[in-house]
Amino acid sequence: MSAQPFLIAAAALFSMGIYGILVRRNAVMVLLSIELILNAVNINFVVFNQMLSDVLLNGQIFAIFVITIAAAEVGIGLAIVLMLFRNRQTANINEFDLMKW
Amino acid sequence: MVVNYNINLLAEAKASYTDGGIFAEFAWIIVVLPFLAALLITFFGKNLPLKGAEIALGSVFFIFLYSCILFYLNITKGVASEFFVNVGSIGSFQIEFGWVVDGLSIMMYFVVGTVSLLVFIYAINYMEGEIRYTFFFTSLTLFAGSMLVLVSAPTLLQLLIGWELVGVCSYLLIGHYWEEKENSSAAMKAFITNKVADVGLMIGIIILALTTGTLRISEILYQATHDYEAIKSVAYIAGILIFIGAMGKSAQFPLHVWLPDAMAGPTPVSALMHAATMVTAGVYLLGRLFPFYQGIAHEALDVVLIFGVITLFSAGLIAIVQDDLKKVLAYSTVSQLGYMVTAMGSGAYTAGLFHLWTHAFFKALLFLGAGSVIHAVHTNNMSEMGGLRKEMPRTFMTFIIGTVALAGLPPLAGFFSKDEILASLNHEGHNFFFIIAVAGAFITAFYMTRAVLLTFYGEYRGHGHPHESDSMMTTPLMVLAFFAAVAGWVNIPGIYTGFTKWVTTRKNGIIEHHPESFDYFALFSGLFAGLAGIGLAYYIYQVISNPENGDEKIKFQPVWRVLENKYYLDDFYFKYIVDPIKITFAKSVDKFNTEILDRFINNFGNVASFLGRIVYDKLDQGGIDKALNLTSTGTDTLGSKVKLIQTGKTQQYIMYFLTGVIVISVLVLLVL
Repeated sequence: MSAQPFLIAAAALFSMGIYGILVRRNAVMVLLSIELILNAVNINFVVFNQMLSDVLLNGQIFAIFVITIAAAEVGIGLAIVLMLFRNRQTANINEFDLMKW
Repeated sequence: MVVNYNINLLAEAKASYTDGGIFAEFAWIIVVLPFLAALLITFFGKNLPLKGAEIALGSVFFIFLYSCILFYLNITKGVASEFFVNVGSIGSFQIEFGWVVDGLSIMMYFVVGTVSLLVFIYAINYMEGEIRYTFFFTSLTLFAGSMLVLVSAPTLLQLLIGWELVGVCSYLLIGHYWEEKENSSAAMKAFITNKVADVGLMIGIIILALTTGTLRISEILYQATHDYEAIKSVAYIAGILIFIGAMGKSAQFPLHVWLPDAMAGPTPVSALMHAATMVTAGVYLLGRLFPFYQGIAHEALDVVLIFGVITLFSAGLIAIVQDDLKKVLAYSTVSQLGYMVTAMGSGAYTAGLFHLWTHAFFKALLFLGAGSVIHAVHTNNMSEMGGLRKEMPRTFMTFIIGTVALAGLPPLAGFFSKDEILASLNHEGHNFFFIIAVAGAFITAFYMTRAVLLTFYGEYRGHGHPHESDSMMTTPLMVLAFFAAVAGWVNIPGIYTGFTKWVTTRKNGIIEHHPESFDYFALFSGLFAGLAGIGLAYYIYQVISNPENGDEKIKFQPVWRVLENKYYLDDFYFKYIVDPIKITFAKSVDKFNTEILDRFINNFGNVASFLGRIVYDKLDQGGIDKALNLTSTGTDTLGSKVKLIQTGKTQQYIMYFLTGVIVISVLVLLVL
């Protein structure tokens, strides 16, 4: 079974994630886009693991790690967004210029 | 390293004299102690209950006790010993300090110790509440210490150092109330007059040191008494020069002018200065070098005699016309110093020192008595005193004892010492000088009687109500009165001549005439002169004129005026020495200073400041500072440009990041 369709799907997912990060104004949507990128990577891990017939299942294990970290990251990210929203009454990412000189 | 020379071997003393044992060996303590005490007073004095006076008193008390022990040793066994500490050498000259413990120096230790102790006790009360109280005791302690350095000197170098230290301390003490110009000028006058004389002493010492090759006094005396040719050739000139030094310190005519002005200092200082320290230094020096003078410099000794006689007579005359009680005593001191120097000049070593010894006690007594009077009436002028015998009985009684001792009536101290001087003049055949000395005795009795009558008799002419001084002031008076009464009994011709032995433990070839009994001609001349002086003064001030009128009726105008102006000697000095120096020399020096030296230095300064300006402008400001500033401003502008990319927009950052990733990836792909 060829890996190509899976990799194309993953690349598409990745590109969508990048696009979302770059153009979305809503912070929650940006976070969602990041999840897309992470899942694209997860697909790649699993696919390459299968292709290489790794008995130790390193790819799968890494995928699980990424999912775990993504969950944690979303937890923190949503909390930050929530706090920002409370303070600024908006979730528009262009309004947040705290890091400007 | 301490080296002890037993003088027995060195200088032909009788073998019966001892080296003084452990007490002589540690005699340096009494020289060092006052300096330590002065340091302690300076640093801790102000915080102590008596403001430092207790340290001064303690050190002087120790000196007194130690000198008593040495004195006792000298009386019982005779002590002659000296110690050297070598501190280095210059060429062939050994630089040595040390201490002499022989009859002459022990006599001086005792006089300094006793008089200082009493004066210090007196001063604690007298100076109470005065300004610079602690500093006064520092200086007073140093003054006594300097005198001990001087009298303990076994080398001419140490003697000179002590000599100068005494001069400096006297400057500090005379100028104690320096807020008034008059007092600081008096201090300056004393210092400069002494300095003029010191030049003579210094040159004399250099001459002696160069011809003998040593600074040790004992070796110089040994050479002087053993026919060394080199020292013989310079004996006269060295003798004269050293005598000039002695003239300054011992206030001999015409260098006596500083001493009456030195009355500007507090009275305890006057007492100390006139009795124990300072003015006795010159006589001590003549005594110390007496074998040299008698052995090979007897022509110089004739000069000494002439100056002594002039001094004793002229100063006595001035004392008659003084209204200031302290100045009467000051001129009296000059006159009595004249007696001592006369004695030395006529070859009577013991007589001179004997008069120094007795004079120390009765003059200290008179000064402290005068201080007590001045303390009570707040003036120095006798025209504002009078009648004080009722109010101040103890001061009066002791003052009378001092007066009688000074006037030379038996059996008090002055009688014996003055008689011995007269006897030696008579014996040497100096008939003319003998007559003048007898006249001097007459004058002495006259001015002292006058002072007593004006101060203590008649009616009180001053203001306020004087009353007797504290017992802390009168006790020293009584002790001194005791000494003034009995100090003369230690040298009675034919009966007891202990003093002669005490001061000649080191004979060094001194040849002296010691009469077996009184010289009755001299004795009765002196005695009658004294009685006549007292009688005449009593007649003038009690019978013709009464003390209320003071001197009014007996002013023989021309003579009086000459005397009041002190023979115009001060005017002479000012007109012909001080003013010319001030006007011409000082002015040209000033001109040289401002126009040449200052200009040179100013130009130098200007050039330096110009150079400095250039260096500052070009190198410092233009170079280093500019580079630093450029660095910082450059960083600043660059930063302000670069910061613009920090927009704070996250998506933009990601955009840059992605662009970078893509560019690098493309490059990597292309290259690989």
